[in-house]
Amino acid sequence: MSGIIVIALIVLVFVIIYQIAKASEYAAVLRGEEKVNAQVNRMMGWLLVVFFLLGMYGVWECHRLLIDKMLPASASIEGKGYDTMFRVTLIVTGIVFFATQAILFWFAFRYQSTGKRSSFYYAHNNKLELIWTTIPAIAMASLVAIGLKHWFAVTSPAPANAAVVEVIGKQFNWIIRYPGKDGALGKRDFRKINDANNVLGLDWNDRNNLDDIIAQNGELHLVVNKPVKLIIGSRDVIHDVGLPHFRLKMDAVPGIVTTLWFTPAITSAEMKKVTGNPDFVYEISCDQMCGKGHYSMRGTIIVETQEEYNAWIAKQTAYYVTATGGGAAEEQKEETSAPAAAAQKEQSVTMR
Amino acid sequence: MSMNVVIEGSNVAHGHHVHVDTGHHGHEHHEQHFIWKYIFSQDHKVIAKQFLVTGIIWAIIGALMSVFFRLQLGFPEKTFPIMETFLGEWAKGGKLTPEFYYALVTMHGTILVFFVLTAGLSGTFANLLIPLQIGARDMASPFMNMLSYWFFFTASILMFISLFVETGPASGGWTTYPPLSALKEASLGSGIGMDLWLVSMALFVVSSLLGGLNYISTILNMRTKGMAMTRMPLTVWALFFTAVLGVLSFPVLLSGFVLLIFDRSFGTSFYLSEIFIGGKALPHIGGSAILYQHLFWFLGHPEVYIIMLPGMGIASEILSTNSRKPIFGYFAMIISLVGITVLAFLVWAHHMFVTGMSPFLGSIFVLLTLLIAVPSAVKVFNWLTTMWRGNIRFSVPMLFAIGFVSLFISGGLTGIFLGNSALDMHLHDTYFVVAHFHIIMGISAFFGMFAGIYHWFPKMFGRYMNSTLGYIHFFITLAGAYLIFWPMHYEGVAGMPRRYYDYSAWESFKQFDSLNGFISIVVIIVFFTQLLFVYNFFASIWRGRKVTTQNPWGATTLEWTTPIRPGHGNWEGEIPEVHRWPYDYKDDGNGNDFIPQTVPLKAGEEAH
Repeated sequence: MSGIIVIALIVLVFVIIYQIAKASEYAAVLRGEEKVNAQVNRMMGWLLVVFFLLGMYGVWECHRLLIDKMLPASASIEGKGYDTMFRVTLIVTGIVFFATQAILFWFAFRYQSTGKRSSFYYAHNNKLELIWTTIPAIAMASLVAIGLKHWFAVTSPAPANAAVVEVIGKQFNWIIRYPGKDGALGKRDFRKINDANNVLGLDWNDRNNLDDIIAQNGELHLVVNKPVKLIIGSRDVIHDVGLPHFRLKMDAVPGIVTTLWFTPAITSAEMKKVTGNPDFVYEISCDQMCGKGHYSMRGTIIVETQEEYNAWIAKQTAYYVTATGGGAAEEQKEETSAPAAAAQKEQSVTMR
Repeated sequence: MSMNVVIEGSNVAHGHHVHVDTGHHGHEHHEQHFIWKYIFSQDHKVIAKQFLVTGIIWAIIGALMSVFFRLQLGFPEKTFPIMETFLGEWAKGGKLTPEFYYALVTMHGTILVFFVLTAGLSGTFANLLIPLQIGARDMASPFMNMLSYWFFFTASILMFISLFVETGPASGGWTTYPPLSALKEASLGSGIGMDLWLVSMALFVVSSLLGGLNYISTILNMRTKGMAMTRMPLTVWALFFTAVLGVLSFPVLLSGFVLLIFDRSFGTSFYLSEIFIGGKALPHIGGSAILYQHLFWFLGHPEVYIIMLPGMGIASEILSTNSRKPIFGYFAMIISLVGITVLAFLVWAHHMFVTGMSPFLGSIFVLLTLLIAVPSAVKVFNWLTTMWRGNIRFSVPMLFAIGFVSLFISGGLTGIFLGNSALDMHLHDTYFVVAHFHIIMGISAFFGMFAGIYHWFPKMFGRYMNSTLGYIHFFITLAGAYLIFWPMHYEGVAGMPRRYYDYSAWESFKQFDSLNGFISIVVIIVFFTQLLFVYNFFASIWRGRKVTTQNPWGATTLEWTTPIRPGHGNWEGEIPEVHRWPYDYKDDGNGNDFIPQTVPLKAGEEAH
């Protein structure tokens, strides 16, 4: 009932505004079209100038209010290139923005009709066209050159010494797989997936899988200053591994393997100091619409020193062990030369 | 209504008068039944109004959706009983569920991009202006034209119905990428809602093609005597290229949809491969989800120019008329339209930089994308120079045209960030993209539409819209739109992802909660201002101040040479002959500051 009253009130307000506006228009017509137009024109001219000035103030104020909420310095070495490129593009487009907007509103005000002026018939100037085609073309070409230099650097093959980690998205969380001591990720097959004991469908016949470590809490551990190559995939729909602090992202597509490599430059602990936020944590955001839980696909990244990483990974259990519940115990007892088994012996694998 | 359309004398150069025979001759007078005159009308002017009114209704629905999801975004911990009043089960307890948040976001995009800014914008102005401005009595095929509206209407009905199905409408984003949109298990909205969406869109594509083919044929074949292509107003040129864009790219979209329908219902694997969902592995192998993106964006990118170009043509016309000056650089404007049209087909994968595609391929698209900034820049400079040393009259349409240019500059410049793939790697799928496309499509193109509505309202209805309300509409919308979308750039640069229901759990993004609240409040104010415009529009149709002169704006183009309320066939006698280009805003020696296209050249006067 109250909803109907509210709607009726809104309609009534509109009717009133319309009637007032209509009445003022007819009164104006009675006063004489010419005079009205001159008055209204002057007012509009001033309003446009005021709008522009308020707008410029708004731009400045908005910047002042929001600049502190921006990201800290790039957390990846490769991302520093993004920051520089962004600044250059901002300066170029910024100059164009302020110049053209100012000209637009200035011309509107300056050349308003006053009843005493007339327009200047000026239909074309090919030289001008050439100039303002060439200059933007050169500017764009420069931005392309800078941009492609960074693009090829970021999409180049990962360095040979890069650590390899797999990141798999599913509705609605991230699954991280570390290759274990053998440094190799084993084969996956989606037909083997079982949410109870084989979330990634690892093929247990592939020895490389036996020491792989899976983190279902979406926590990605990285070593500072060591390049890492992410092998990215998806179990179901398209997701995207979004790494805002590192200035990078890459889609996770089912049936297709995508990769992303970078070098973390600032540890999580350091970043806490830099941001002054004790709760700071690097986050992985899903950046491709993936369903009703898209906004809750949160992963975290811990960037730490090599020692801290070693300590952490030593405490992890191979997924094979937790998944098959004891099968690894037999494996451990066998004296085989298989790298996987040897690696497992070296690791202090404990049954949790 | 007879279906015979006879077009004689298509060779304008030999001076044959082009004549459309619609089954009855001008000197015979018989009353058409209401159904053929107003409902299944084949008159381009009636069809234009049909598109416009349907577009306005959809715009209100799409905008209302944005109010609701902005309430969620701005105030995530609050509940709003009014939402439950409107949305029922979708917002139990006054809080939007995530599924229906995503349904609203999806439908908002679908409705506004396709139903309002494509059908409502091109459909209205192409239908209204092409025959009137080139001097034709109607379109090449009035019957096909009538069909184009009714296919759009049917598509609208289906899309509307999809809002009410139990599992909800499509909710995978207006881009409806598979596998999300292909698998019912992936999302409720990928059930019957998605089926309805696809059928509706297929019909929509048919409507667009019927219209586009008509516009192209009419412009090429039915210009009046003396109306060379280079004497056409820029509105017609823009609408011509818009139609070309649509005719060449909509079929590809349809093919993408057909393959999706197959994947959804007939067990194929065009887009699906190696999927484990709903507790089981699906049998699909070998498909590529990225294929859909290529097919979608092959239309998707030209689509944004389909949305932009009519506004550019309208703005050129209105800036010129109200500055009492020719549009500066008429030929450069045409060439830049050609450049934009050609390049529009070559840049689609800049929406796909982070899909894992070959970096070399990506680099080609970077080059072409930043190239398309050049003709756009040329247009802006030409508009500015049109105003230079003009004699500017701030009518409501003129203000909206000025606003169009301002917004085009703002929105266009941020495209330069996104077109550069290394920057896009960070900015993709963030609020930077949302800010960019809203400023350029959501507001700039809309301002072109508003400018056109206010400017040609006298032609459509023989009355003026109330200009006081128009001025209020302009200033509040312009200021409000900038207040809404300008800060979003900052959110995007901070990496804040788009299409998120709630940011409270994110350490990296929760600092924008008060900003989101502020934006939502401005959205509500701007929404009500649009309702004021809608009220003005409809009230003025019946109560607006009547037009008493044939050419109220003092324009040079042909549509102002018809009677104030043109009947079927537009001109009562012969169609006027054209002697000059459409921008002779100069002293005619008789106290007027313009010379209409129909006035012959004076002795010794050179043609432009």
